[in-house]
Amino acid sequence: MSWPGQEDVFFSTSLASYLDKKLLVLLRDGRKLLGILRSFDQFANVVLEGAHERVIVGELYCDIVLGLYVIRGENVVLIGELDPEREELPASMTPGWAIQRGDLKDCFFPFFFQAQKAEKEASDLKGTMRKRMEFLDLD
Amino acid sequence: MLFFSYFKELVGKEVTVELKNDLAIKGILHSVDQYLNIKLENTRVVDQDKYPHMELFHKGSVVRYVQLPPDGVDIDILHDATRREARGG
Repeated sequence: MSWPGQEDVFFSTSLASYLDKKLLVLLRDGRKLLGILRSFDQFANVVLEGAHERVIVGELYCDIVLGLYVIRGENVVLIGELDPEREELPASMTPGWAIQRGDLKDCFFPFFFQAQKAEKEASDLKGTMRKRMEFLDLD
Repeated sequence: MLFFSYFKELVGKEVTVELKNDLAIKGILHSVDQYLNIKLENTRVVDQDKYPHMELFHKGSVVRYVQLPPDGVDIDILHDATRREARGG
């Protein structure tokens, strides 16, 4: 199989229709990033403007503001368009704080991470998707 | 090329795409390319209580990794195509 050329941008699964739209990008490690698609290429490398990572623990969610992001295509599992009509989140979801990267360890909402730890203990640890959360153990 | 042609036949049909991370998504096959990237429309997540927050995407997804479960596949057509491919025709 040859490397994809320039013309592959116009194949039927082109991301061109998603430009300037708010997207959900699901990564191989299980992270969910939201942001506006500004650019892409044949490898599904993606530029997201105003990107934030949405961490969801049960009924709580938390947005980690990231800013301008370039995501390497090999890490992308799925790209989805957010439906502007439907609610972004179920109404029952409680917002946490939108925090800047780097504040994670000096969190001033320990409740959120307690809940996160409890959920981690309660659910099956399948695969590597949750392993990245282990560094948040506050023991 | 065989599966690319096969998926092209399935365009417009409802398929369930199972990803490597065990997430299963049902949707109507919109388009596919030679690398088997898949675009789905009117997506909804199978097994909602397992992945409740995945309500987020409903319009369409460009999916990278795929495992197709049998209920989305017509095995006879696939058998014929494979036989033809093996024969070199």
